[in-house]
Amino acid sequence: MSIQVKEIHKQFGEFVALDQVSLDFPTGALTALLGPSGCGKTTLLRVIAGLETADSGRVILEGEDASDTHVRQRRVGFVFQHYALFRHMTVLENVAFGLRVKPRRERPDDAEIRRRVHRLLDLVQLDALAERFPAQLSGGQRQRVALARALAVEPRVLLLDEPFGALDAQVRKELRRWLRRLHDELQVTSIFVTHDQEEALEVADRVVLMNRGRVEQVDTPAEVYEAPATPFVYGFLGAVNVFHGRIEGPHLRVGEATLPHEQTQVIHGAEAVAFSRPHELRIVTDPDTPHGVAAVVERVLIFGADVRVELDSLPGAAVRGEPAHYEVVMPRAQVDALALTRGQRVRLVPSQIRVFPSQAA
Amino acid sequence: MGVATFFNPTRQTRVLPGFGLALGYTLVYLSLVVLIPLSAVFLESATLSGSEFWAIVSSPRVVATYKLSFGASLLAAAINAVFGLMLAWALVRYSFPGKKLIDALVDLPFALPTAVAGIALTALYAGNGWIGSLLAPLGIKVAFTPLGVLVALVFIGVPFVVRTVQPILEDLETELEEAAASLGANRLQTFSKVLLPTLLPALLTGFALAFARAVGEYGSVIFIAGNIPMVSEITPLIIITKLEQYDYAGATAVAVVMLVFSFLMLLAINLLQAWSAKRTGRNR
Repeated sequence: MSIQVKEIHKQFGEFVALDQVSLDFPTGALTALLGPSGCGKTTLLRVIAGLETADSGRVILEGEDASDTHVRQRRVGFVFQHYALFRHMTVLENVAFGLRVKPRRERPDDAEIRRRVHRLLDLVQLDALAERFPAQLSGGQRQRVALARALAVEPRVLLLDEPFGALDAQVRKELRRWLRRLHDELQVTSIFVTHDQEEALEVADRVVLMNRGRVEQVDTPAEVYEAPATPFVYGFLGAVNVFHGRIEGPHLRVGEATLPHEQTQVIHGAEAVAFSRPHELRIVTDPDTPHGVAAVVERVLIFGADVRVELDSLPGAAVRGEPAHYEVVMPRAQVDALALTRGQRVRLVPSQIRVFPSQAA
Repeated sequence: MGVATFFNPTRQTRVLPGFGLALGYTLVYLSLVVLIPLSAVFLESATLSGSEFWAIVSSPRVVATYKLSFGASLLAAAINAVFGLMLAWALVRYSFPGKKLIDALVDLPFALPTAVAGIALTALYAGNGWIGSLLAPLGIKVAFTPLGVLVALVFIGVPFVVRTVQPILEDLETELEEAAASLGANRLQTFSKVLLPTLLPALLTGFALAFARAVGEYGSVIFIAGNIPMVSEITPLIIITKLEQYDYAGATAVAVVMLVFSFLMLLAINLLQAWSAKRTGRNR
C-alpha cells in the first residue's frame, strides 16, 4: 500500500505549516518524519490521515486520490502521542472498538471480535491485561494498547504521531526495538513522526527530514547521517562542530587558520560555513602546528570507551562576536596520551569538513 | 482502640498532616450546619403518634403534592440534563459573537431572587402574557397548571448541569473523537460510545444538583403554579401552609417524608455517579 502526497500546502493564518510538500512513501516501508517542533511533520501526518485538510495538494492512497475522503473511510490506523484511549472501556473493549462500530453487515460476530482482539493483544504482549482499564496501565502498555486498537481495523497504513514522546528514556528504547520487530512482522506501510533523531535513525527504513514546512532530505538513515544534503540536516543530526569562514581557493579561512576542503561548488571569496562531526576532529597539543583551529580545553568528560572533550575558541578569535564551542570525541587511550588539562591551548585539525555557502545556513 | 487507630488502622505516617483535625472539623461543621437543624425536624414530628403521623403524610392532598414535586423535579432535571449538555457543548466547542454574554447568562437563575423569577415567568406564561397568549389558541395552558411548575423548575435548574459538565467537556481531548473517527465510528457512535460515557459522571452530578434544587424550590414555583389543591400544589407549599396555621407538627411530618425521600434519591444518584466514575477509571 503506497502513499503519495503531491504539492501539499497548508497554512494556519500567516504561518505556513506545509510549503508545497511532495513525497512518496513506498509500500511496506517504515518511514520517519523527522524535524524540530513546528516544522510541519505532525501536520503532514494529520493531512495524510484526513484529520486535517490541506489548503491545496493531493493525498494519494494506493493510487487513488483520497484528498476528499473522510478519515472514517480512509482506513488508516492512527496512534496518538498521548494514547487517546477510551478510559471508560477495558483494554479489550478499546481494541474491539473499531470492529464494534462497523455497520452490521460488515461486523464480525462477538466470538470473532474476541478472537481477533486476543490475537492482537497477544501480538502486543498484553493479553493478560485485557480486562484492565487504561488508568491501570503504564505509559508503555497504554501505547501498545493504542497500537493494537489501530491495527484491529486492518488499516492500509499505520500513522504514528510521536508515539514514544510521552514515555521515559528506558521505555522508549525498548518500544523502539519492539516497534521495529512488529513492523517487520506485519509489513504494513507505516509513517511515524518524531523529533528525536536517534529514534528516527534507529527505527526507520527511510528518514524524511523536514524544516519550516519543507522537505530537506529523504534518504536512508545511514545516508542522511553520512551525507547530509543541507546545513540544516548537518546541524540537526547528531553533534556537530561549526566553522564560519571565507573560501580561499582550496582552503576555508577561519580567523587566522586555514582548513583544506574538497568542495568544488563554492565560489572563491564567498562566505561559507563548514561542518565536522566530533569524531572527525583531532586534537594537536603542539601549539606551533601550522594546521587547524586554535582552541582552549574547557572540560574532559570521561565515560565509557570514548571521551568527549569540550573546547572553546581562543579569546579574541570569536566569530561574529560570540565564542565558538567545539566538541571532540576520541578513544580513551588517545586522550590519556595527550594528558589534556583545563585551559590548555591546543589546535583542532579536522580530518574531514563539509562546506556550504553561508547564506544557506 | 483509640480514635486515631480506628480511623487509621494501618498506622502509616501520612504525608498530608491534619487528618484528625480535618475530619473533626468536617464532622462538627456538618453537625452544626446540617445535621442538628435537620434532627430538630425529626424531633418536632416525633410529638405526633404513629397513626397521626401517617394520617397527615398520607392524606390525598399531601400525596398529590409529592407526586407533583418529585415528578416535576425529576422531569425538570432530566430536561436540564439534555439541554444543559447541549448548552455546555455549544459554549465549549464553538466560538460565536456574544459567547461570553451567554456564558454569563447561564448563572442568572442562581443570582435572581426566586420570587423575581416566579413573577417574570408568570407574566410571560399567563393567558395574556407574551408566550402564554401564543400558546392559548393551541389549547396549552402553562401558568397555574403542573406544566407551569415544570417550567419554573427547568428555569432554576439550568446552571447546575451546564456548570458541572462544562469543565469536563473543556478537558476532553479532541484526540478521543479523532481516534474514534479514524477507527471508523460515525458522529453518533462517537457521541454515544465515547463522549457520553466520559461525561456521564459529571452529567449525573449536575442532574442530582438540579433535582435537589428543584425539590426544595419554593419562591419561583408558587407564583406560576396557582397552587390549586390536588392539581398544582407543591410539597414545600403544603409545609408553609401548615406552618401558617400553626400546625408545626404537621408541617414537620410532611418535611420528614420529603427529607427522607430526597435523601434516598440523592444517595441513589450519588451511588450511580460513583459507579460510572469508577468505570471511567477515575477511582485511582
